Amino acid sequence: MDLATQVIVWEVRMPYSIMALLVGASLSIAGCEMQTIMNNAMASPFTLGVSAAASFGAALAIIIGVSLPGVGTEWMVLANAFLFAFGATMLLQTLSSLKGAGPEGLVLFGIALVFTFNAFTGILQYMASAEALQQFIFWSLGSLTKANWENIRFLLILIVAIVPFSLASAWKLTALRLGEDSAKSFGVNVGRLRFLSLLRVSILTAGSVSFVGTIGFIGLVGPHIAKLLVGEDHRFSLPASILSGALIMSLASIASKALVHGAIIPVGIVTSLIGVPVFIILIFNKRSK
Amino acid sequence: MEVLEQLEIEKQSEVAGRVQARPPLIESGCEFIGKLEIKGLNAGYGRKAILHQLDIPPFEVGQVTVLTGPNAAGKSTLLRALAGLLEVQGSMKFNGQELVGMSARQRAGIVGFMPQHVPNNINLSVMEAVISALKASPFDAVSGKNNSLHGRALDILERIGITHLALDHLSQLSGGQRQIASLARTVVRDPKILLLDEPTSALDLKHQVKVMKLARSFAMDGRIVIIVLHDLNLALRWADRVIVMDKGKIAGYGNPTESITAQTIAKVYGVHVRIINCPLGQPHMIVDDEMQ
Repeated sequence: MDLATQVIVWEVRMPYSIMALLVGASLSIAGCEMQTIMNNAMASPFTLGVSAAASFGAALAIIIGVSLPGVGTEWMVLANAFLFAFGATMLLQTLSSLKGAGPEGLVLFGIALVFTFNAFTGILQYMASAEALQQFIFWSLGSLTKANWENIRFLLILIVAIVPFSLASAWKLTALRLGEDSAKSFGVNVGRLRFLSLLRVSILTAGSVSFVGTIGFIGLVGPHIAKLLVGEDHRFSLPASILSGALIMSLASIASKALVHGAIIPVGIVTSLIGVPVFIILIFNKRSK
Repeated sequence: MEVLEQLEIEKQSEVAGRVQARPPLIESGCEFIGKLEIKGLNAGYGRKAILHQLDIPPFEVGQVTVLTGPNAAGKSTLLRALAGLLEVQGSMKFNGQELVGMSARQRAGIVGFMPQHVPNNINLSVMEAVISALKASPFDAVSGKNNSLHGRALDILERIGITHLALDHLSQLSGGQRQIASLARTVVRDPKILLLDEPTSALDLKHQVKVMKLARSFAMDGRIVIIVLHDLNLALRWADRVIVMDKGKIAGYGNPTESITAQTIAKVYGVHVRIINCPLGQPHMIVDDEMQ
């Protein structure tokens, strides 16, 4: 293999492909946990505004350079993305515990969060310089082109650190599918389970968003495909979500290169094109039940 | 005519033989120790108080107690308070051990709660659901080895009579089958106190009798069984004790015929009823009309 080919394969294509696998895996397992914790088949980091919140946090760092005191420049995007993702999940958790909220109410609130954070992000874009604006817009569409081995290493560490805790909670999450009252009667501390699960969702979402921007619907579609194949026993549906999310994201990244000859469409656009019909099918499926 | 009368007597004898009478505890040779005491209980939802300073005579091990009463009387609230699903004030002691403030894990070893409503969109098999009830938190009574947990789950399914449904998904079962599967999950952890919230609401007549028979057998194993029922005839037939509740207070208490009286039902439900003895000697309630 000549040097040019080596660079293309190992410095461009390989990081692109591996990042697709890791982002798909992390968003999908986050979506799987979210759907159980929120008891809502339409929950995912994207549909409930967690990704939009993370994007806004990242935008603050990219466009204005604002972050928490003491956070180094190289960590600003990740720290902000996590802070806003976690805040959004706590808001959703508070709403889901309100009587009468219901699954549809939660999705509507999530849509409201999406619009709200998109509006705030729009304000930042309006204030941004041309260079910062270009950088941010390309990032916000969701793109794997800036993947590099350092980002991959970091996201891999996040996934390796977080996923074992998700898998360790598998039985508790399965019990929660039988109803909150039943889970409590089986000895599950449901409040603690929810909090820790949402913490994991925030970390995985923030990690993905901070490196590749907003990727939609992987966290929704991946878990549904996994549960169709292996059921809702979380010992199997969590690992299956990881695999299905990684696969869907890989296919989406291939499609993003193949759809337009000579150009790479941001992968976030491709996942939205796949995800929107699935989302609509889920809504009508729920209504018909 | 004499032949017809003879046939009728034979038929009644045959039916009486099939109907298992409720054996008095002393005659059955069972001696159960343990009681659940509730004193000064306050419980509600948010700012709305449902139970206020409620005192209940002790629930005894080996007995089936039915809680009944009109809607919003506080029956399910009392059950949920016992199950640790509500913030409560007061005292609930089982064999001297205070249940108020107990952690979910500790309580799971003592109390089993079967909720009134069972989710219907779950892609889990009956067996997986029962095992998840065992694995959700540490279960001390049986070792954590998979084969012993599986064995325990199968034993419960066999006892309840739904082994044939073990591999069926909960989403594919009828409402009644889901309710019985929920009962399996409730008892599999071998709780000392069994709380069943309207366990017969979705069941046909045959399965209602089956569940009440099971409740009785679970009590005879040495448990306290407390059931919320709307069907007063089921209470008359199967309960050792009935507590009639109204507006968060006790309106009637005692054995079934002492607590379910025409006067109590008229006062609590505003309905005229008659309590008669059927030919087999069992009390039966007939509803005449609502009070004007």
